[in-house]
Amino acid sequence: MTAFIVRRLLQSIVVMLAVAFVSFALFNFVGDPINNMLGQEATTEDRAELRERLGLNDPFIVQFGRFVGNALQGEFGISYRLKRPVSDLIAERLPATMELVAASAVLALAFGVPLGVFTGLRRDSWFSRVVLTTSLVGVSLPTFVIGIFLIYIFSVTLGVLPSFGRGETVDLGGWTTGLLTAGGWRSLILPAITLSLFQTTLILRLVRAEMLEVLRTDYIRFARARGLSNRAVNFGHALKNTLVPVITITGLQVGSLIAFSIITETVFQWPGMGFLFIAGLNFADIPIMAAYLVMVAFVFVVINLVVDILYYVVDPRLRIDKAVAAGRTG
Amino acid sequence: MRAKLFIGGMLAVATAMAAATAQAENVLRWSSQGDALTLDPHSQNEGPTTVTNQQMYDALVQRDWELRLHPALATAWTPLDVNTWEFKLRQGVKFHDGSDFTADDVVFSLKRAKAKTSDFKGYVNSITDVVKVDDFTVHIRTQNANPILPSQLNSVRIMSKAWAVANKVVEPQDYADNEETFAVRNTNGTGPFVLKLREPDVQTVMVKNANHWDLETYPHNVDRIVYRPVQSNPTRVAALLSGELDFLLDPPVQDLGRIKATPGLTLKQVAQIRTIFLGMDQASPELKYADVKDANPFADKRVRQAMYQAIDIETIKKKVMRGLSFPAGIVTSPGVHGYTEALDKRLPYDVDRAKALMAEAGYDDGFGVTLDCPNNRYVNDEAICQAVVPMLAQIGIKVDLAARPKSVHFKRLQQRDTSFYMLGWGVPTLDSHYVFEYLAHTTDGKRGSWNFTGFSNARMDEVTGKMLSEVDAEKRDQLVAEAWDILKGDIAYLPLHHQVISWAMSDKLDLPIVANDSPNFKWARFK
Repeated sequence: MTAFIVRRLLQSIVVMLAVAFVSFALFNFVGDPINNMLGQEATTEDRAELRERLGLNDPFIVQFGRFVGNALQGEFGISYRLKRPVSDLIAERLPATMELVAASAVLALAFGVPLGVFTGLRRDSWFSRVVLTTSLVGVSLPTFVIGIFLIYIFSVTLGVLPSFGRGETVDLGGWTTGLLTAGGWRSLILPAITLSLFQTTLILRLVRAEMLEVLRTDYIRFARARGLSNRAVNFGHALKNTLVPVITITGLQVGSLIAFSIITETVFQWPGMGFLFIAGLNFADIPIMAAYLVMVAFVFVVINLVVDILYYVVDPRLRIDKAVAAGRTG
Repeated sequence: MRAKLFIGGMLAVATAMAAATAQAENVLRWSSQGDALTLDPHSQNEGPTTVTNQQMYDALVQRDWELRLHPALATAWTPLDVNTWEFKLRQGVKFHDGSDFTADDVVFSLKRAKAKTSDFKGYVNSITDVVKVDDFTVHIRTQNANPILPSQLNSVRIMSKAWAVANKVVEPQDYADNEETFAVRNTNGTGPFVLKLREPDVQTVMVKNANHWDLETYPHNVDRIVYRPVQSNPTRVAALLSGELDFLLDPPVQDLGRIKATPGLTLKQVAQIRTIFLGMDQASPELKYADVKDANPFADKRVRQAMYQAIDIETIKKKVMRGLSFPAGIVTSPGVHGYTEALDKRLPYDVDRAKALMAEAGYDDGFGVTLDCPNNRYVNDEAICQAVVPMLAQIGIKVDLAARPKSVHFKRLQQRDTSFYMLGWGVPTLDSHYVFEYLAHTTDGKRGSWNFTGFSNARMDEVTGKMLSEVDAEKRDQLVAEAWDILKGDIAYLPLHHQVISWAMSDKLDLPIVANDSPNFKWARFK
C-alpha cells in the first residue's frame, strides 16, 4: 500500500512538471507583459531594461528552470497585474471558488439523483419526458449563455437577485466566506445554478441509466418475488447499487467543476481563481498563469490519487489480484 | 384598533428611518471593465489606475471637464528664468492622515516620479532639480526651457513624504523584489475621497473627504463611492439596467441603443482624445510581410496616398462605428494644442484617383500585405480592419488580416515585427509635441518609441526638439504647425477617425463627461 502511494506520488510530480512545461511553452504566445506593465510614455530603453530585469530575455529553458526552482520553495513570484505575491492572491481567491464549486456539487446531487431515480422508475410518465428534454439544455447550451440568460431573467427583468459579485463576505481568519450573510447567499444562487447545470444533467442521466440497468438484474427480480415492498426494492437495493459509479463520477467531476468555473466566474465577476486566471491571461500575467495551471494540475492529481486509493480500499478484488500475482494465496 | 395603530406607527417610523439613511448617504456605485492595477500613484500610468488614484491624490494642477488647466495643490506658477519655474503652494491643505501638506511633499513626490521604477518618468524627465524655497514655494529647474511643464505636472500626483518614508515606499515598486509594497493597497493623499476598502478585482470603497480644500469650487454631495469592476460586457450592462449601478464608464457600443431606451438612464457622449490610424513600414528595403521582393511599395508616397484615398471612412463610421466616430485628417484629436479643423480635413475618398496613383507608382497589379490589428484594445478595432480589407482590394492590394489580442499585438509592434498595423493614440498632455515625440521622431531609443513606420525626417526631429524649449508661444505654434505639415504632407500615417466616448448613468446622477475618459467624482451631484 505504501509503495503504491509513493509510486503514484512520483508519477504525480512528473505530471505536474509536464503541465508546467507545456504551459510555459504556451506563454510565448499570450503576448508581452512589458507593454501592459509600462505606460505608453516608456522609452524603448525602459522596456528593454524591465525585460532584462524580469529575466524575459533568458532562453525558455532557463526561465522554466527558474520557475520550477522557485516553485519548489513555494515561491511563485509577484503578479505583474496586481503587484502582489501570487501565493497570497491564490490563497485569497481559493475560498470563493471552493464555495461556488461546493454549492454547485450539492445542487447537482440534490437535483440529479432524485430526478434520475424518478425518470428511471417512471420512464413513460410525461414528467420524465419533460425532465429528460429540458436536461438536454444543460448539456447543449454553453455556460456563458445560461449565465447571461439567468441574469437577464432574475436581475434585469425580475430584479430579485444580484447580477454579479459575491455579496458581503465575512473573514474567518484567512478564509472569506459568503455563506454567513444573506447577501452572500443571494449572490451565490445564480452562479451556482449556472455551474451546476451541466453536472446535474450528467448525474441525472447516469443515475437513470444505472437504475434501468440494475432494475433488470436477477437479484431485483428475486427481491420482488420475495414480496418486498416497491420502496425497499427501489431504494434499499436498486439505488444503493447505482450509487457506486455515481460517487466515483461525482468525485472526478469536482475537478472539472473547478476547471469549468473559469467561465462562470467571468460571467458573474465571481472573485475566484478562475477569474484571476482569465484576468491574468488578458494581461499576459505569466506568474499567475503558471501558478494557476500547476495548481489545477495538482487538484486533478490529488483527486485521482484519492480515487485510486479509495478503489484500493473499497474493492477487495484489486488486493486479491495483487496477492495472487505475488503467489501468496496458493 | 390599537394593534393597527401600533403597526401603523412602527411602519411610519421604519419608513422615516429608511428615508433618513437614504438621505444621509449618497452612494455612487459604478463599474468599468478593468480594475486599477495598483494604488501607488507613480507606479502605473494606465487609464483605470489613473481614474482610481485621482480620486484620492491631488496634483499641483488640475483640469476641469473642458480640459482647461486650473490651480490645485499649487495656487500659482510663473517662469523665473529660462529653465526655472516657481510654484506657489496652497496653504492649510491636509493629507488624509491629518498631517500638513508642505513643499517637502512636493519635492519628494516629483523626485519619486523620476525614480527608475516610476512609470511617470515621461512627464518629469525634463526636470533636473526640485528645490524647496520655503514651506509653500518650490523652484523646479528644467534641462532647457519647458513651456509645457504645468500641463505635464497635471499627471503627477503628490503623496505624503513622511508617510512614504514611514512605510518604506520611498520609490515605486520594483517587480524584481517579488514583494508587495505598502502603497499598492494603501494611500495617503490630499484628494477629495479617502480610501476605505480595497479588494482588487472585487471592490474599492472611498468616502468623502469632508475637509477637502476644493469643496468650495466643487460642492459635491457624494458621500461614498463603491467601485466594482465587471469584466464581462453583458453582465456589466445587466447590472446597470437592473439598477445595481449608478454609472458605467464603458458601456459596449452594441448596447448603447438599449441603454438609451431604458427609462431612468442617461447616455453622455463626447469626442475622445484618441485617434485611430494605420501605420506602414516605409523604411525597410523589403517588407517582411508582403509578397513584393526587393522593394518596399510603402516607401512610395503615391502608394500611401492611394491607400488613404481608397478608404471610405464615412462608410466605416456609418456601418462599423454606428455613427460614433469623427473621421480624421491627422493623427490627433480636437482639444489637443496644435489641432486645427483645416488640418483635420481628409483627402477625398476617390477610388479612381487611387487606382491612377497605384499605376503611376508601378503597382497596377497591386500586391499582398498583412495588416496587424488588435481585437480588444480600441472600439470595434477588428471590425474596422475587416472593413478596410475590401476597400484596399479595390485598388489591388490584397490584405491578409491578422487580428490578435492587445498583449500580442503590441508585443509585435514593439519588436517592429510588422509591415502594416493599426494603432490608436491619446494625448495626456494635450499638446501636439506628445504626438511628434512618440509617433514622428526618428526612433533613437528614447524618442520615437511608438514610431514603427521607420519615418525619419531631419527637419521633423529638429522642430520637435525646439518645441520643447521654445518659450515664445507664437513661435512655438509655428513650429507645431510646421511639424503637422510635414507629417500630414508626407502621409506618414493613414488617419482613420477620432473615437467617441459614451458614459451611461442613472438620471439621479449628474456627472460631466470629459474627453480624456477620466471621471472626477468631485464633479458629481446626486439630484
